[in-house]
This record gives sequence, C-alpha cells and structure tokens, in this order.
Amino acid sequence: MDKRAVFRSWWLPTAFALPQLALIALFFYWPAVAVVRWAFTLEPPFGGAAEFVGLANFRDVFADPLYWNSVVVSLTFAFAGTLSTIFIGLVLALAVDRQLPGSGAVRFLYILPYAIAGPAAGMAFRFILSPERGLMASVNSAFPDFWNPAKYGSHALILVIVVFAWKWAGYTFIFLLAGLQSVPKSLTEAAAMDGSGPIRRAIDIQIPMLAPTLFFLLVTMMTEGFVGADTYGIVARTTDGGPNHSTEVMVYRIVEEAFRGLNYSGASAQSIVLIGLIMIFTFIQFRFIERRVHYK
Amino acid sequence: MIQRTPYADAFTYVLMALGFLLLIGPFAVIVAGASQTVQQVNAVPFNFLPQGQLLANMAEAWQRANLGTAMLNSFIMASLVTFGKVALSAMTAFSIVFFRTRFKHVFFWIVFITLMLPLEVRVVPTYAVAADLFEPIRLLIAWVTGITVSLNWNLLNSYAGLSLPLVATATGTFLYRQFYLTLPDELAEAARMDGSGPIRFFFDVVLPLSRTTMLALTTIMFVYGWNQYLWPLLMVTDPTYKTTMMSLVALLPSENGTPDWNVTLAGSLIIMLPPLLVVAVLQRWFVRGLVSSEK
Repeated sequence: MDKRAVFRSWWLPTAFALPQLALIALFFYWPAVAVVRWAFTLEPPFGGAAEFVGLANFRDVFADPLYWNSVVVSLTFAFAGTLSTIFIGLVLALAVDRQLPGSGAVRFLYILPYAIAGPAAGMAFRFILSPERGLMASVNSAFPDFWNPAKYGSHALILVIVVFAWKWAGYTFIFLLAGLQSVPKSLTEAAAMDGSGPIRRAIDIQIPMLAPTLFFLLVTMMTEGFVGADTYGIVARTTDGGPNHSTEVMVYRIVEEAFRGLNYSGASAQSIVLIGLIMIFTFIQFRFIERRVHYK
Repeated sequence: MIQRTPYADAFTYVLMALGFLLLIGPFAVIVAGASQTVQQVNAVPFNFLPQGQLLANMAEAWQRANLGTAMLNSFIMASLVTFGKVALSAMTAFSIVFFRTRFKHVFFWIVFITLMLPLEVRVVPTYAVAADLFEPIRLLIAWVTGITVSLNWNLLNSYAGLSLPLVATATGTFLYRQFYLTLPDELAEAARMDGSGPIRFFFDVVLPLSRTTMLALTTIMFVYGWNQYLWPLLMVTDPTYKTTMMSLVALLPSENGTPDWNVTLAGSLIIMLPPLLVVAVLQRWFVRGLVSSEK
C-alpha cells in the first residue's frame, strides 16, 4: 500500500492538503460539532445563550408520534427502494451480460435515468403517474379511484418509491454488470459444457459470485434511501411529504423542522439519530465488505 | 457461448425490452407530453406520439421560470464544484501518497471520515456555518485573546456558498489515491534521480498521467453539482442566484384553469438535458468514475 519511493518534506504535503482540509474543517467538522452541541442545548425563546438541557430534546423527539411516523416511512421507503432497484438492476445486468446482439445499445440506455436529478424526475412522475392524466387516467376511468396519490398515503409512498427505483436502477445495473464481467468466463463455460442452461448458470454461479457486489449495493442503497441527496428532492417535489405526512421521510422531517419550524435543537437531535444509523451502516460495510473475496 | 439456447435468448430479449420500457419509457412520456398542446396533454388516454409544440413549450417554460439565469447559475455552480473537486482532491491525494510524513495518516483519516455523513444529515449546522463563516475564527480569537471581534462574512446568495460546502467531501481524493497507488515506484525514483522536486513531479508527471481519472471525476462531479437541490434551496434567497432545480417550483402548473403540464414537462426536459448529455456522450468515463470512486 505504501510507496517505496517518496519525497521527503513536511511542509509541502501539508501545503498541498491544506486547501481541502480547511474546507473540510469548516464545512464538515465544525457543523458536525455544532449538531451535537445543538442536540443537547435549547435556545431560550426570548434570546440569550443556549442552555444545556441534557436529553430533553431527544425525549421531545421520541415523544412525537410524527417522528415515529417518519421513521416508519423512511424504513419502508429505503427497504422497498433498495430491493426494487437491486432486483431490476440484477435482472437487467444478467440479461445484458449474455452479450446477445443489441445488448450494447440497451446497456447504454439503461444508465441514462441515473443522470436525472431526483426532484426533476419527481416532477415528471407527478405527471406520468397522475390520477387525472398521463398513464393512469385510463385505468382510473375504468376503475374509479384505483390510483390517487394525492388522496391515499399508500399510493403516494408507492409513487416516491417508483421515482427512486427509476433513477437508481441504472446505478445498481452499472455495478452488477461490472461485477458480472469479473466472473471468470471459464466457470460459466465449464457449466455450459456440463449442460446447464443460462438460468441455471445465473442462479448457481453468477449470483453467488456477485454476493460482494450485492452486499455493497444493499448498504449503499439503504444509506441512499435514508439520507441520500435525492431522497429529499424526490419527496419534496413529488408529494411534499403528503398527503397527511404519509411520505415524510426522516431527512424531509429534519429539514422541515429546522427551516420551517425553526426548531434547530429538535432537528439536530433527529440528525444525531440518523447519524447513528449511518454509522451502523458504514460499520457493517467495512466489517463485512472490506473482507470480500477478490476473484480476478 | 458454446451453447444454443433459443428459448433463453428469446426470454433475455423480453427482459431487455421490459427494462427498456421501464427505464426509457418515462423519457418518451416526457418528450411526448412536452411537445403537445394543453388540450392534448390533458387528454385521456394519453397520446404517446410527439406533436409539433416542443419548441414553443420550451420557449414558454424558459420565460416563465426564467431558465436563462437558472441554467447559467447551475452551470457556474456545477463547474465550480467540479473544478474545486478535481484540483483539490488531486493535491490532497498527492500529499497522502507521495510523501512519508507523520501527518499523512492523519490527513487520510480526516478526509475519510467525511464519507460517513452526507450533507443532508448535517445540513442545519452547515447552513449555520455558511450563514456566519467567521464564527469559528471569532470564537478562537475570543478564546485565545479574550477579545471579542466583530468579523462577519456570510456565503448566502453567492457562488462560493453554493459550491464550497459540496467540495468538502472525500469522493475525489480516493479516486486519485487509488490511481496514484497504481503508478510504478520507478516513476518517482527516476524523477528524483533526474533532480526533479515533488512540485515538478506533480505537474509534469503525475497530473498528465491522471488525465483519465480527471475526466472520470469531472463527469461524475458535474452531474452531482448540477443535480443539487436541497443545498441551493437553503443558500439562495435572491432570485439572481437561483439554480435550475429551484426553478422547478416555478414550473408547476397553476391550480386554477387547465393545468399546462406540457410547459412543465418541456421545462423539466430543459433542466434534465445537460447532465443527460454528459452521461450519454461521456458514458465511458462516467461509468468508470462511478465504479472506481465507490468501490
């Protein structure tokens, strides 16, 4: 890992790293400290210095049924989003990896949705899956009230999960295809010689060999579903957390609480819980993924 | 493959076609809707055939959401994020890989930990920092000297505020680090033997060699920067600094009257185009950057 030949200087590497380290200190470590400080203090309503309140902010957060609602929504969103993206990505990667004529073109196309920002995709899907126009209107005119995300919370949750899955399926596809391409051809060819067909090979050889990639994607997509840059944008621009808080994911609630409710302490306490969750994910990732098998 | 599998091949094509419908179908609906008139776009059932109104709708959306300014701002923001990332991470990775100092592991971990907390979970305090940039310095001065100074500088409504906090992450550093570690030791040895110092080595050997890494990083960072939503939303109150993602709200059809989704869709199409072009045209680099920066 370390290089044999290196330069000897102490000030030069420091000077080279300084700009980025300064940015990180200012925009990462300082806020990270502040979030902890705020979580345990409360600003008095009539001004003055913030006072230490111990775990009171956390108690308030945990006593709020809407907070638990956001936890359940986030869990549902992250699980459903993760499973559907990985499933779609896996099926498409297995299909494209067979390298039939034309698979190069679809490979190119499948990646495109990943370029779209979550909020822009959310806006478009508001139309595409709207109850009165777009694709679902015909279904709704045959079966009235079959689909209405503006009215039913469960439909709205499905809608945001669909937007998430649409955008991120291309991402899991890229990784799974790269993983499939590193499965040695000799293995699949030997299996084919023994008379196993493509589906048998996929189940018995390719998918087990993809285990590290699948696990990596599981952790990445769960993290993305909980705190991803897009998750907030998707929810904000597709359903705005509604109807009746049914799509209010944890990140959305934190931002709402902080910038609409101006409750920095409550928002920070919620951030701490979320940070704890991410740390668990990251820990799992490093504990298990870093020891993955390399088969090259 | 050494096998003939006509049924499995047919099934594979069915799956690929389904994938195509699922992933590319929405684009087709967006384009079709964006090219129709108000009556056509609201018709049931939906007509998938594009009509002739695309440019007119785009022009209307451009005007309504003031997309000229927004596109320019998004472009500036994405470019600044990209440039900052490409330049600063190359330098940090260089100092981590090519020197033997006690600090290098410290630097590595300082950068590494930033992977753990995305901007979204620390957005509240990061906003507070950007709104009052000198608070840490003020506190430090007050703590060291006991003097309260009034230094104030905020990054709200500025390009620096839009881009700098997004540069403060680890992605690029690891991409460069991985690449630097694959460079043969002989390069640095030869450079030293020829009397070149580290700075010259960095600019004349390392940077030209990392062209592919830079290109890969450029593509992913541009898309990342362009697609930012939450951060600009907090940073910008002045319409002259609005980015494209913020103008989505202005594109929403009004509640009264027949909603003109055709204009909305045309507007979102304009906003989607730049990152879409980057991913389509530079897909090789984009995929390489994505796969190697995450793993």
